Order: sequence, then structure tokens, then C-alpha cells
Amino acid sequence: MSTRKRKEKAWYALFTLPLVLIFTTVVIVPFLIGIGYSFVEWDGIPANPKVFVGFDNYAELLKDERFLASAWHTIEFTVLALVLVNLFGLIFSLIVTTKLRVRNAARTMFFLPNLIGGLILGYIWQFIFTDVFKYVGEKTGLQSIFFNWLIDPQFALYAMVVVFTWQMAGYTMIIYIAGIQGIPDELNEAAKVDGANLWHRLTRIVFPLLMPSFTICLFLTLSGAFKIFDVNLSLTKGGPNNATEMFAMNIYNEIFGYGHYGLGQAKAIVFFVIVAAVTLTQVVITKKREVQF
Amino acid sequence: MKTMSRTAGNGLLVLLALAFLSPIYLMLVNSFKNRAELYRNALALPSSFSFQYYDKAMEKMSFFTAFGNSLYVTIVSVVIVVVLASMTAWMLVRTDDKLSRIIFLVFVSTMLIPFQTLMMPLMQVMDWIRTNLHIPMLNTREGLIYMNVGFHASMAVFLYHGFIKSVPVALEEAATLDGCSKFGVFWRIVFPMLKTITITVAILDVIAMWNDYLLPSLTLSDKGLRTIPLSTFYFFGEFTIQWNLAMAGLTLTIIPVVIFYIFAQKYIIKGIAAGAVK
Repeated sequence: MSTRKRKEKAWYALFTLPLVLIFTTVVIVPFLIGIGYSFVEWDGIPANPKVFVGFDNYAELLKDERFLASAWHTIEFTVLALVLVNLFGLIFSLIVTTKLRVRNAARTMFFLPNLIGGLILGYIWQFIFTDVFKYVGEKTGLQSIFFNWLIDPQFALYAMVVVFTWQMAGYTMIIYIAGIQGIPDELNEAAKVDGANLWHRLTRIVFPLLMPSFTICLFLTLSGAFKIFDVNLSLTKGGPNNATEMFAMNIYNEIFGYGHYGLGQAKAIVFFVIVAAVTLTQVVITKKREVQF
Repeated sequence: MKTMSRTAGNGLLVLLALAFLSPIYLMLVNSFKNRAELYRNALALPSSFSFQYYDKAMEKMSFFTAFGNSLYVTIVSVVIVVVLASMTAWMLVRTDDKLSRIIFLVFVSTMLIPFQTLMMPLMQVMDWIRTNLHIPMLNTREGLIYMNVGFHASMAVFLYHGFIKSVPVALEEAATLDGCSKFGVFWRIVFPMLKTITITVAILDVIAMWNDYLLPSLTLSDKGLRTIPLSTFYFFGEFTIQWNLAMAGLTLTIIPVVIFYIFAQKYIIKGIAAGAVK
């Protein structure tokens, strides 16, 4: 090897090795040994033996009713969140791209919740759903809507959807705004001249051209909703009676709550496979429907 | 007629935005009320502004310690991510061989792995390093910084990689001919050109790391090391029933975020859009 080539190699190593090393110890190695852990039974205490049990953990998680229930809650939550987050994000983005004078201030306000962490958002809303809702219900007599949502299994799940929507709508709004601003003005003007009303302009011009933004937003909300943990922890702690325990929290509880390290890690691997499969499928499907102009 | 509907439109939009932020209003007003007043009317403005609950919350949360910890961990982590990820991405783009492509592919494909899949084995790895190599990875802010860098590496490399591909090589080649080392070429010529994407990476990482709860909760156990989300969690566990105190505590945690937002709003919105569109 020539000195020049060796020098090049040394520079390459100097520039890339530090990050590759950190990344390997934090992501790659844990991922690989995590697969190994899913085949053993272990309570997390270093002195206790790790017993190889083959696919037993995977067989067990399929029979774990609480896990299957958490899967169902996660799906229900994700579907509702996906619809509401994108609906509100889209509506907000359409409003703040009009020529209204207060549009920038409104955009700033719609985006604010996204900067506050999920843990803190959950706590703020815990107060609203328990005390403010009860108060409003008593004062207005609308106790069928305004009651403590967090003690009702179904409404506690809706409460999580509300908080997640509040957090994420501003985020998708920003992405939709970028998409809307990328649509040439002439297209809308020409349609106006041809007599197309607002609804037609939206459905025939704006929405089809927003397909790339839809892809991104659906991808982000889908993976965000599926992996939700912080809001779950601070708003409902999975309650009442585990009715809002999502995937991520079930895994957390199995490992660190009950000390079932092997079973919990098997769930974590299944979780990874589902997240990867769902998000990849979603990207492939939506990419196909994008139009060019 | 047209101006009238425009005024009405502006008014409606302001109302909508204010209604959207009503949870913030509820948090604020109830942080000043005493217990009786809070239960008498949760929606009204407080009759007096006393900061007693703020004082108490600040003390119970060890607010300034937590704030200092969050600031230290976030800033150091972000600086390291920016430095290392930009250098790595630049090398990977400019040395277009099999190895580079494999490294990049590994970085990108791991972006799909959820944190919950890695958390338990990660703790075992860090524990192993602590016991066998005697490096204090757990229960130190520096250990948390190390893990933060690892978790945010792929996204940052991915964003830099895409950006650097569009940066022309001509300048770098000229500088190399003038005898500039790789290090000099990168820091004097390339890095200044990466300003836009650096801002995006920094903003995305600051928001994510500042708000992160789960990773710090697994790695930090000393009270004095708690970051803001951690101290909020413990504070809330203790004072849930005292809503006025809890709301004062939550308001405190949001103040730094709002200040950051006011000063960096333009960059945050641009950074979010750029980071998402990839």
C-alpha cells in the first residue's frame, strides 16, 4: 500500500470511527444481544442464571392476554390519532396559508404544544380531564360529555388521542404548509378562472399535489402513535385497569415492573418487527400514489 | 363587505388559536389559586397573584439543579452529535466505496428500531462496560450524553449525508491542492457550508433530548443528577392532589421551552420542515 493510500485510510478512520464506535455500543450491540435475550428466561439479577428456553417466550407472549389487549389498544389509538392529527394539521395549514393578517401568530400558537414534552403535556391534561371537566360538567349540566374521562376505560383512550392530537397537529401543520407553498399559484388561479369552487380546487388540485406531504405526515404520526410512551405514563399510567396500556408500556412493565427480562425482550423484538413492517408498508403504498407536476 | 369578512376571519382565527391554547391558560391561572379558590372555579382568573406555589415547587423540584442538568446534557450531546455526525457523513459521501455504503445503510436502517427494543440490552451493555472497563456509564450525566449521541447518530448522519451530496467538491479539491489537510478542508471549507442543515439537526436534537424522559430515567438514579422531565415525574408523583402546586411546577418547566421558542422560532419551524421532508 502506498503512503498516500495509507494516509487516506487513516483520515477515513479518524473521521468516522468515533461515531461508529459510539453508535455500535449504543444501538448495534444492544440490538443483537437483545435478540439473544429474547430466547432466555431471566429475572434481571446478574447473579441469577439465564436459562435458554428457545421460542418459549414467543409462544408465551401470543397467549398473554394483557399483551394482546395492549396491542389492540395501540391499534385503536393509532387509527384514531392518525385521522385526527392529520385532519387538524391539514385544516390548520389551510387556514394559516390564507392571506389573513394574524396567520403567522396563529401558526406560532398552533405549533407551541409540540415543543413541550409528552410527559408534561400528559400532566397538564390529567388536571383538565379530572378536575376541569368535572367542574364544567357540574356547572353546565353536560355531564354526559364533561366527566372525569380518565376513569372510564374507553374515554381514557380517547383522552390519550386528544392529548396526542394536541401535541402533533401543529407538527403536521408545518409539513403541510411546506407542501401547500410548493404548489404553483398559477394552478389555483387557472382553476379559479375556469370557475372551480373552493372544494373542487382542494380536492382536484391541492390534495393530489400534497401526496408527498401526506406520506411524510402519515409516516410520522403512525410511528409516533405506535411508539407512544410518555403521554401514556403521565396521563393514565395505563389505567383504568390496564385499559389504556399501550405496546411500549406493556413491554416496559414486563421487563422492569415484573422482572420478566426474557419475555419482555421477546415482546420488544415483536414490537420492532411490527413497527418496521407497518411503517415500510405505509411508505411504499403512499409513494405509489404521489403525482408529479 | 370584503374588509368586513376579512376582519371577521382574523377575529375567528385568533379565537380558534386561543381556544387551542386553553390548556396553557388553565395551567397558568390555577397555579396562582389556593385550594378553595381552585375548586370554586377552575376556569376563572385568580383573585390575586401570589407566587407561593412557585416558590414551593421550585424548592421541591430542585428546579435550578434540574435545569442545569438538562442544559448540560442537552448542549454537550448536541455539540458532539453535530461534530461527529457531520465529519462521518462527509467522509461517507466523499469516499464512495463499498464500506461507506454499508456503514450508511446500517445507520439508516436502524432508524426504524424503537427505543423499547434496545433499552434493556443497552442497560446490560453499559453495566458490562462499567464492571469490566471501569468506565462509569450509568448514573452519570456523561454516560447519558454518550447514549444520547449514539441514539441520535443515525438521524444526523442521514440528514448531513443528504445535504453534503449537493455540496460541490471543487472548493475542497482546490484547498487540498493548496496543501490543506483533510481536517483543515472539513472545518475551514465544508463545515461552514453546512450551516442550514446543522441548524436543523441541532434544533431537532435539542427538542428531543430536552424532553426525553425514558432514557434518563433508566440511567440516572441520583437525585442530584435529575433532568427536568425526571424531576417533574418525581415531583408529580408526590403532589398530584395539590393541583395548584403541580400547575406551578409544570409552568416552571415550560418557561425555558417558551423562551427558546420565542428566540429561535424561525429556525425551529424551518428546521422541523426540513428535518421531516428529508
